[in-house]
Amino acid sequence: MTGYIVKRLFAAIPVLVGLSIIVFLIMAAIPGDPATAILGAFATPENVARINQQLGLDKPLWDQYFIWVGNLLHGDFGRSYILNRPVLDEILERFSATLILAGTSLVICSFLGLLAGIVSAVRQFTWVDRVVTFFVLIGISMPSFFLGLLMIIVFAVQWRLLPPSGMFAAYGGGDLPDLLRHLVLPAATLSVVATGVIARLTRASMLEVLRQDYVRTARAKGLDERTVIYKHAFKAALVSVVPVIGIQAGFVLGGAVYIETVFQWPGIGAMLVKAISTRDILLVQGGVLVVAAAYVFFNLLADVAQSLLDPRLKT
Amino acid sequence: MSGSATMKRVEVIKESRRPTAWQLLMNNTLAAIGFYLICAVILVAVAAPLLPIPNPDATSLAERFLPFGSPGHLLGTDHLGRDVLARLIWGTQVSLLVGISASVIAAFFGSAIGLVSGYAGGRTDNLMMRGIDMLMAFPYILLALAIVAVLGPGLMNALYAISVVNIPFFARNIRGITIGLSHREFVDAARLSGKGHLSIILTEILPNVLPVIVITMSTTVGWMILETAGLSFLGLGAQPPQADLGSMLGEARTQMFTHPFVATAPGLMVFIIVMSINLLGDGVRDALDPRLRAGALSRPRAVTRIERRDTPTAQPAGGAALNVVELETSFEGTKGPEPAVKGVSFSLSKGECLGLIGESGSGKSVTALSLLGLVASPPGIITGGRVDIDGEDILSMPETKITSYRGGKVAYVFQDPLTTLHPLFTIGDQVAEAIRVHQPVSQTEARAKAVELFKAVRLPDPEQRSSAYPHELSGGQRQRVGIAMALANDPDIIIADEPTTALDVTVQAEILRLLQVLREERGLALLFITHDFGVVAQICDKVAVMRYGKIVEAGATSEVLRNPQHDYTKRLIACVPKPGQGRAFLEGVRALLDREARGRA
Repeated sequence: MTGYIVKRLFAAIPVLVGLSIIVFLIMAAIPGDPATAILGAFATPENVARINQQLGLDKPLWDQYFIWVGNLLHGDFGRSYILNRPVLDEILERFSATLILAGTSLVICSFLGLLAGIVSAVRQFTWVDRVVTFFVLIGISMPSFFLGLLMIIVFAVQWRLLPPSGMFAAYGGGDLPDLLRHLVLPAATLSVVATGVIARLTRASMLEVLRQDYVRTARAKGLDERTVIYKHAFKAALVSVVPVIGIQAGFVLGGAVYIETVFQWPGIGAMLVKAISTRDILLVQGGVLVVAAAYVFFNLLADVAQSLLDPRLKT
Repeated sequence: MSGSATMKRVEVIKESRRPTAWQLLMNNTLAAIGFYLICAVILVAVAAPLLPIPNPDATSLAERFLPFGSPGHLLGTDHLGRDVLARLIWGTQVSLLVGISASVIAAFFGSAIGLVSGYAGGRTDNLMMRGIDMLMAFPYILLALAIVAVLGPGLMNALYAISVVNIPFFARNIRGITIGLSHREFVDAARLSGKGHLSIILTEILPNVLPVIVITMSTTVGWMILETAGLSFLGLGAQPPQADLGSMLGEARTQMFTHPFVATAPGLMVFIIVMSINLLGDGVRDALDPRLRAGALSRPRAVTRIERRDTPTAQPAGGAALNVVELETSFEGTKGPEPAVKGVSFSLSKGECLGLIGESGSGKSVTALSLLGLVASPPGIITGGRVDIDGEDILSMPETKITSYRGGKVAYVFQDPLTTLHPLFTIGDQVAEAIRVHQPVSQTEARAKAVELFKAVRLPDPEQRSSAYPHELSGGQRQRVGIAMALANDPDIIIADEPTTALDVTVQAEILRLLQVLREERGLALLFITHDFGVVAQICDKVAVMRYGKIVEAGATSEVLRNPQHDYTKRLIACVPKPGQGRAFLEGVRALLDREARGRA
């Protein structure tokens, strides 16, 4: 098992390298000359050359890439001139907020999605199935940024049950209950689409698995229907659902961009949107890279989970 | 406009493939609702210049935040006094146009990559797919954000960003299909006729992948509309005064608390568009997927549906362990239930072996599965007859009672042990589970018993092997596990459904010997289903020959072998090669097949 995990970890390295190349190239493609941006339009050619040399921009693209990656590995993500602080500090602070939000959503959507999918498959063509199918359809068609606004209007403004925005109360908050109260609405909103996708897939793969020969064998043993469904069929269905939960991690991390903006959650998504408007390129670069790496990590987790479920995948 | 063109293409393709697909789609209420909704939205958006609505950009500070239903402003006005309805209609037009354009661009480039990659194969394919994998390693929206960061905010830039992040979906789908097609005969033929690569891709392969492109478009266009609206909502897409649904929603957000309706209208519109496209897309997929139509994906019940017109009265079959009378099993078809087993009767005494023999499709396996209601249902229905075990009709029992017979008094051994054993549980656990269903023992005791059973079926290294998974065993070993599982609760009857068909000849002989020994040791009644008269001759006391769902000949094995009455029986017997027969065997079989062919003609 450990061998498998190590193997998967090594397999993730080329992916991370590829990600860094893409991010680097995208940022290198940005029009405009950084030296002019720093020095202003009336800079002398000598000064421009000096700045370019300082920033390493006179070197070939490959060298620039290696210097950049080298700096990244040393924890040097550059400095945000707009926020006037190291990019890494800002990203780490923001990213923990995003992880709390995305992680909670991932737990919610996995749990609810699997539950709804199973119930829907087992009670196929009954009213339960129809209700689940209906909510799944609404869930995957609803723009999350609109749903977020509706949630705020209903739960925060009309009923005043929960705070409409932020991560902690401005005064007197800061403890765990306060965080949880602030977390409910954004986490719920963020998990809606992923819940729908997981529920749909779970339903489909349960129905697929219940047709398999080994389920017939389980029945031929005399097992009761409950064991057949929840032990034999569910475990097999889970094997195909788990990688999709991994993919949903990407949608949740990406969807956090909207949710954090709507709920003013101080995460990396809201930071990115702001950084794009202020053209704070180093911040965008670092933020995109960190979130993408997190996605690779979640997929790795899903891979490992899948291999724990399915002994055929270990070799 | 391009929206309705896309729809039309979907229809054309469906109709040319299967004439009923369009009707199927429209019979699907939800898909029909989606179709009419999206048509209505497109129609209104296209007709925007003709509609009697105010200029969407005309501000009027005197008329700010007019409520819903105001004269001249049906949906009220926003914070600049602009007409919400007019802005909604024009915004819908922009959103649809951008979403559909993004989808066309993504489809064009994605399909081009997929076609080239799949057709070229080898290193080109490898390189291109690695690149696509890299793009897919990004969370979807994040990559779009990075692209907008480079290009700068703006509607066109948002459109490009959304197109780029959707290219991988198309590239992957199309490549998959293209790989399959590029090895087909008609492509080889085109190559031999001297056509260039580009020409082959465009004239031979593209027409065949077009349906897949259209289906992928119909399933992704909703997402693309949603995502472009999202970018606009964040202020990275449409810039004022230009407005799409997303930017309307984004602008209205600041007045959300005081005037929620201004934001609700565009939000609902995005929702309606995306939902109707999703409904339609699902409908298209369902209509084109023949498995769904056959009801193959409906959940099978615990016990086959039993709907007997009448129940034959019990016949006193002295001492028979199993007595089957006029059993009839049907499958739901388009024209009502079609019988696959048509009134089969036989009986099996203790310690006896009955061979049920026939070709595939003769109904022998369905007969075997019907005995304890194991035929997948739907589509299976037991429509007649009775199955008596120890003089009691199984088919009249409540489901839980039937279940209690399974693996207890009556056990099954199935054909292909690789698919019939659960791939995710160890064989020890699977056998122990069978024991614990019927016996009140602990898990440890059950595991110990399982090892005993593995010894009994002569599985090598039983202790060690019991924690192995099915895929770690050979075919013969797996079938020994299958038999061990059947023996778990000392059954009276074992129903073996082609237990040796998937095995090679030497293993087959070992398994048959094992079954024979076990039968003698334990006094089992064995119902042996096979298509091989050689096997029947080896182990069965009696034989029943099945064809087209009926038993055409039955009797003692030696009798039937010596003096077969039915033509079909003769044919099956002739199919068993005898040592030293040489080519004469083939001649004999050919003569029978020729006769058969003439008889059918």
